[in-house]
Amino acid sequence: MSEYTDSYQTGQTVGIVEKIFFTFAGSSDPLKLESGADIGPLTLAYETCGTLNPDKTNVILVLHALSGDSHVAGYYDPKDAKPGWWDIMVGPGKGIDTDQYFVICSNIIGSCSGSTGPTSINPETGKEYGTHFPLITIGDMVEAQKALMDYLGIGSLLSVIGGSVGGMQVLEWCARFPDMVKSAVPLATTSRHSALAIAFNEVARQAIMADPNWNEGHYYSGKKPDMGLAIARMIGHITYLSDESMRLKFGRKLQNRSALSFEFGAEFQVESYLQYQGRKFIERFDANSFLYITKAADYFDLARQYGSGSMVKAFSRCRAKFLVVSYTSDWLYPTYQSKEMVKAMKKNDLDVSFCEIDAQWGHDAFLLPSDRLDHLMAGFLKGVSDEIE
Amino acid sequence: MKSSDLRYDLSLIASWIEEGSRVLELGCGEGDLLYWLKKEKSVKERGIEIEESKVEKCIEKGISVLQGDINEEIEDYPDNTFDYAICSQTLQQVFEPRSLIHSMMRVAKRGVVSFPNFGHYKVRMQLALTGRAPVTKDLPYSWHDTPNIRVLSLLDFQNFTDEVGYKILKNAAINTKNNQRHGKLITVLPNFLATYGIFLIGKE
Repeated sequence: MSEYTDSYQTGQTVGIVEKIFFTFAGSSDPLKLESGADIGPLTLAYETCGTLNPDKTNVILVLHALSGDSHVAGYYDPKDAKPGWWDIMVGPGKGIDTDQYFVICSNIIGSCSGSTGPTSINPETGKEYGTHFPLITIGDMVEAQKALMDYLGIGSLLSVIGGSVGGMQVLEWCARFPDMVKSAVPLATTSRHSALAIAFNEVARQAIMADPNWNEGHYYSGKKPDMGLAIARMIGHITYLSDESMRLKFGRKLQNRSALSFEFGAEFQVESYLQYQGRKFIERFDANSFLYITKAADYFDLARQYGSGSMVKAFSRCRAKFLVVSYTSDWLYPTYQSKEMVKAMKKNDLDVSFCEIDAQWGHDAFLLPSDRLDHLMAGFLKGVSDEIE
Repeated sequence: MKSSDLRYDLSLIASWIEEGSRVLELGCGEGDLLYWLKKEKSVKERGIEIEESKVEKCIEKGISVLQGDINEEIEDYPDNTFDYAICSQTLQQVFEPRSLIHSMMRVAKRGVVSFPNFGHYKVRMQLALTGRAPVTKDLPYSWHDTPNIRVLSLLDFQNFTDEVGYKILKNAAINTKNNQRHGKLITVLPNFLATYGIFLIGKE
């Protein structure tokens, strides 16, 4: 969810990739959102790597988390300092092997990374939407991605893969378009936010909305609510780490000093780290997008949406083969939430594998290099492709 | 793939499983048996294994496995989800074997159970002659570090099935060597001469 700007460079890469835009749902044919609002035209940013086979049976849709974008692997330009956010996983010979699979990574509506969201121009006013952008849901995001698949002529997905809020999109894909999804890998995710997760999101949103520059979301012609967004990000980072990882990474170490200075500066390393993450984030992210996407994540509830409150009933619509992965130190979406999904899948006789990876790094672990996840992914995908042949 | 690629006891179990059946294995380790059954007998396979590194090996092979405790994980399956529930060399390590076997027979039509035979003559002799808890090649642990908390013989298991009302459909008493890769069937005095027992049980 968080470390998208700290991608790791490993092994071979897919090389140069391109950010592509797809615009649909013109004003005569807008997209009907779950809230009842209509919106159009809509643009989705996406990226592809690998080669689509003639039968179009090797498509893997990768979905990103809260602050991610469509740039999943490779480089836009040879001079780029860093590759896409999941370059460690997506590439030739990697966990998601682009020599075999055609990978599509789609951005989400509501984002500020090329798709239509609060930073886009409202055709009715000629100004940025700001908070006039309608509230969106994970279901709306997936509905837009489905339009992209239709446009690309892809009727079947070998796998849909994503972590965190990307994992929510994975689950939504499985429930909304069960006949299209052959397999699915929801990583470090949940089928519904706990009160704890909603609480953190709400504090983060309040930090943005309390910033004097927020101006009810209409700040695009003036100063931005940078301080609010930075604090929101700092709160997020706490939830992406863990007690253990913070102890190991920072402990009570001081930053650039040997003694306490008895003033309100960033004295502890953990303070300095969080402030740095906050500053970095405001350079690339929009405060309103943060509000919209966290709200969509809070609203997400697979059991309510598809099972009248019953998770077992919700999964009864799904047809995909699943690989569910959780991490021991993830306190944002703890293992019990993954196991709850697995239990519901079992009760529906769905083909599910589950692994809880022992990791210290909290929720962020799914974005860090891990041989274990690489092997699980490669083996699972191979099994799925063998079954289809 | 030949069945001789499997450990001897697993190849016997594999020979009992019908083509295309639905199989659950409790404590499936690295998934050797399930992988063989999937490839050679086109079974619909499910495994449960508690160790993360072994779960990884299973999923790498492309078989479906859940990481978790067999006693808990088995409870989620509806009745008669499987044709076979297999518990190979794990029963002796289970705290409540009786309830586990009941669960196996609830989720599956038939159960396969295998375990080391504590009635083997070397075990009996050691206890009788040295007066100490036996340590043998097949049961290499001391009393304080053994995972084998349930001590049973082939006869004990037969009596148990009678008592709880399950029917033994097939059984094999075996003696293995070379890390159990090879072995032979024991037909004479099995409870005295066999190191392992394998039972296929059904509901009466």
